[in-house]
Amino acid sequence: MSLTPKDKATVKLFWGKMSGKSELIGADALSRMLAVYPQTKIYFSHWKSCSPGSPEVKKHGKTIMMGIGEAVTKMDDLERGLLTLSELHAFKLRVDPTNFKLLSLNILVVMAIMFPLDFTPMAHLAVDKFLCALALALSEKYR
Amino acid sequence: MVEWTEFERDTIKDIFSKIDYDVVGPAALTRCLVVYPWTRRYFGNFGALYNAEGIMGNEMVANHGKKVLHGLDRAVKNMDHIKESYCELSQLHSDQFHVDPDNFRLLADCLAIAIATQWGSAFTPDIQAAFQKFLSVVVFSLGSQYH
Repeated sequence: MSLTPKDKATVKLFWGKMSGKSELIGADALSRMLAVYPQTKIYFSHWKSCSPGSPEVKKHGKTIMMGIGEAVTKMDDLERGLLTLSELHAFKLRVDPTNFKLLSLNILVVMAIMFPLDFTPMAHLAVDKFLCALALALSEKYR
Repeated sequence: MVEWTEFERDTIKDIFSKIDYDVVGPAALTRCLVVYPWTRRYFGNFGALYNAEGIMGNEMVANHGKKVLHGLDRAVKNMDHIKESYCELSQLHSDQFHVDPDNFRLLADCLAIAIATQWGSAFTPDIQAAFQKFLSVVVFSLGSQYH
């Protein structure tokens, strides 16, 4: 399921369209994940609020999108490119990697809302493959 | 038994009163077959499903998408007895179609995305949560008679 040149081009194209609103997108995707999968709130028990629009959600949404942006620039070698982030998630944050796909789904939902015509099944496929590859690279240092 | 809040019940009824079955059903199934190509194995008699273009123009896929979406109607009408409502369909998917039940979850995800393209920002996080909870109960029920 590796990324073809066409997949990479599709991801970069959408990233270009999203970059101006990445904070909003990150916050929206994160809000949705927390609402749809309440068990994910355990990683944010130190926050005052996990509600959409809360300052913590907005700030963390931005952080997540910056990480994804980094992954977009390192698409040709995600494993090496995301080593530090993988170590962070494995050893410090200790996020169960099964949660990565929960956030991925919500990123796809936000993209479907933002680009109802352009987010075709083919585009969905390319972005889903990228997010799966990203999740795999992020899981690299777990064991 | 699943507990539903008033908001969740109202949301599900609202979604299904507004949904365009002719658009969303085909869109969801098409997406599933394109994004998760292994699901094509269950539709061998639908003709050429070799690529996205073939799938998107396929009338049998479109008709089946509508059928699958209408398959949710019984759950909408019977939210307190969803598992029982799907006993027969679960047996069918297990014994006759041999569908790996993990694929039900994939189709449910595609359905959420199909609705998102139709509703836009009106598909709020709370509405999405209610819808996906509803779908997860149906998905569970469809897998319940597997053995």
